[in-house]
Amino acid sequence: MRYFALILMLLASPLAAVEPDEVLPDPLLEQRALDLSKGLRCPVCQSESIDESNAPISKDLRLLVRERLVEGDSDQQALDYIVARYGEFVLLKPTFGGANWILWAAGPLMLIFATIMGMLYLRGRSRAKAPQDDALSEDEADALRNILNK
Amino acid sequence: MITELGHFALLLAFGVAMIQMVVPLIGAAKGWPGWMAVAELAATVQFLLVAASFGALTWAFVTSDFSLSVVVANSHSMKPMIYKISGTWGNHEGSMLLWVLIVALFGAMAAWFGGQLPASLRARVLAVQASIGVAFIAFILLTSNPFSRMAVAPFDGQDLNPLLQDPGLAFHPPFLYLGYVGLSMAFSFAVAALIEGRVDAAWGRWVRPWTLAAWVFLTIGIALGSWWAYYELGWGGFWFWDPVENASFMPWLLAAALLHSAIVVEKREALKSWTILLAILAFGFSLIGTFIVRSGLLTSVHAFANDPDRGVFILAIMAFFMGGALILFTLRAGAMEAKGVFGLASRESALVVNNLLLAVSCFVVFVGTMWPLLAEMFFDRKLSVGPPFFDAAFTPFMILLGIALPIGSSMPWKRAYMGRALYPLRYAFVVAVAIGGLAWAMQTGRSLIGPVGMFLGAWVLMGVVIDLAQRTGRGPNRLRRLFRLPGADWGKATAHAGFGITMLGVAGIYAWTVEDIRVAQLDVPFEVHGYEMVLRSVDNVNGPNYVATRAIIDVAHEGEFLATLAPEKRFYPVAQMPTTEAAIHQNWKRDLYLVIGDEQDNGGWAVRTYIKVMTSWIWVGCALMALGGLFSLLDRRFRVGVSARKAKPEPVPAE
Repeated sequence: MRYFALILMLLASPLAAVEPDEVLPDPLLEQRALDLSKGLRCPVCQSESIDESNAPISKDLRLLVRERLVEGDSDQQALDYIVARYGEFVLLKPTFGGANWILWAAGPLMLIFATIMGMLYLRGRSRAKAPQDDALSEDEADALRNILNK
Repeated sequence: MITELGHFALLLAFGVAMIQMVVPLIGAAKGWPGWMAVAELAATVQFLLVAASFGALTWAFVTSDFSLSVVVANSHSMKPMIYKISGTWGNHEGSMLLWVLIVALFGAMAAWFGGQLPASLRARVLAVQASIGVAFIAFILLTSNPFSRMAVAPFDGQDLNPLLQDPGLAFHPPFLYLGYVGLSMAFSFAVAALIEGRVDAAWGRWVRPWTLAAWVFLTIGIALGSWWAYYELGWGGFWFWDPVENASFMPWLLAAALLHSAIVVEKREALKSWTILLAILAFGFSLIGTFIVRSGLLTSVHAFANDPDRGVFILAIMAFFMGGALILFTLRAGAMEAKGVFGLASRESALVVNNLLLAVSCFVVFVGTMWPLLAEMFFDRKLSVGPPFFDAAFTPFMILLGIALPIGSSMPWKRAYMGRALYPLRYAFVVAVAIGGLAWAMQTGRSLIGPVGMFLGAWVLMGVVIDLAQRTGRGPNRLRRLFRLPGADWGKATAHAGFGITMLGVAGIYAWTVEDIRVAQLDVPFEVHGYEMVLRSVDNVNGPNYVATRAIIDVAHEGEFLATLAPEKRFYPVAQMPTTEAAIHQNWKRDLYLVIGDEQDNGGWAVRTYIKVMTSWIWVGCALMALGGLFSLLDRRFRVGVSARKAKPEPVPAE
């Protein structure tokens, strides 16, 4: 059911993205640009990074990333530059700031909680006595004693 | 005419499902055998009616009956026959009908093969299953009728989305639905057991085959989709953490947890209420998946045509089933007393760890998928949660799972000793560390993903080998004993090995993929990481319903000719859509993945080359996981019940 109607792919056809003329001559810089592009979302597509998308705006963004890097920005500065203009929507990796701590902490907190619950359950199980279905109830034991003592 | 009959059959199926929902429940409550027996007949009839209805729709697609609006919107007379047929479920209305067909099919199968179930439990299971059918048939009839006619029939259709015209995708949805809907069986069993107020080892045994089957289908469905994305979308990704992908992945994770915890219920009569809860939640996530795909609430690469009414309807269905089941659960769960007693170190505890990790990782995927929505609703922030988040937040759980798997799976039931469980694994550990170290030594200045992944994969695989070796005991005839191990043991070994192999593949593709983008001139050789390539020609080719630009590229490796690859760019004129057909040269070490791009203004063509290390291992691993599930499903103990029933016919009370 995934890939069903990739209608919106009309906006960003699946023909893969980066064009040869965009590639920076410096391989180190190009690698940094690639890594950054993979973390930036194409603003008009569904869930594609600008590296994967063929939309014109993605091309502009790829060029912008490379422009910032050539001008000597650090990775973070380049990202900040783009986020300041396009909003945090373009970040595929959400920041830790504000309420986002809930998102990031959800997994670890749940793991701790689940581990505690699991440990409590396991302790309970390891200390429990196996149910003695065949044991006599109080009444039965009394009755038996009566018979035996007679 | 056939169309109207199909519509009518669906209406009749709705009525039958209503009867199947109400009568057996009353019968089971009052202890009336005749009323309970209605369920089986009704399940068969309901299935036949829905099948007739689905057949009518398929017929309309096959004959290109353009008086039906779904056929107009999703088919074309020039389309190859296989895609005319697969077009039946390549759209919202038809796929809902397929969904309902599978609900009815599972119900009917429970009626046909459920002979060993107690009559009241069987009646209740079928009634609950019918209630799911009622809800979704109503959904189809009221909001998305596939049989609605056009006022004026056009001469031809608008064609199926070209991306869906692919053999991988033709069979991806049916498998996914079999998986999603298979979980409805586990749900029905859980709710029926809650109504009944009894969960015992027998219940664990009955619910497990259904869960296994659902999980196997989900595994195949997800793998097909991922494989398709890999070769069709043109940049060689296999998983995108898209909301809709997550929607299928969450039920898969919970189904995996469920089929492990059902073993504990079956063998040791513990973890009962947790297993019931898992069964409810697993189907709940299937419903959430349906909701995500069809409501348009979350943006996704592959959403159906979105309609708020449909979203609200599915939300209502979800609220009813989840709310009802969970209320029932809180009322009744307390009565389910655990019987088995086991030590802190034991197979039971190991399976609890498995469940814990799978359930929490599912929770992480859930939070990540829903967060953009929640952040916008409550904090007024428009943000995205993409692959980098999931890679960081989800992977650790899989690493923990990989570390724990060989240890846990070699532990005995009831009480284990850590030392004794770990001792035989020392060789596995040494080999795994050696392989991880080798991977680390061979790479230069990259991340730890590769070596860690190699270590984990090798650790899991070696653990499987050692576990099998131990099961054969000592002395002569070990080989014969190995082949006489029960199906469940082989299933476990195969599926766990598949998990390890998938881990290796994922680590390989993440850590060591090399990509290259360049302008290639005709007949001018170029080199990409040891592969010498020449673009020989670029031609235009006509397909049945598309035109293609096909490049011919010769590839050589270390001076030796390797292959001629032909990547294509296609254009489907009716749908006005382009697609890419990557050319892939595959071997066990790596995939060579070639994509042809646009013609450049100053001559030459853009050519993309990806060298993706160990990629085929991902799908080999998935196939093994599915195969393992199948072995387990064929285990003798699931069949013993059938012959036992034949030996002992059910007494029929005299009226």
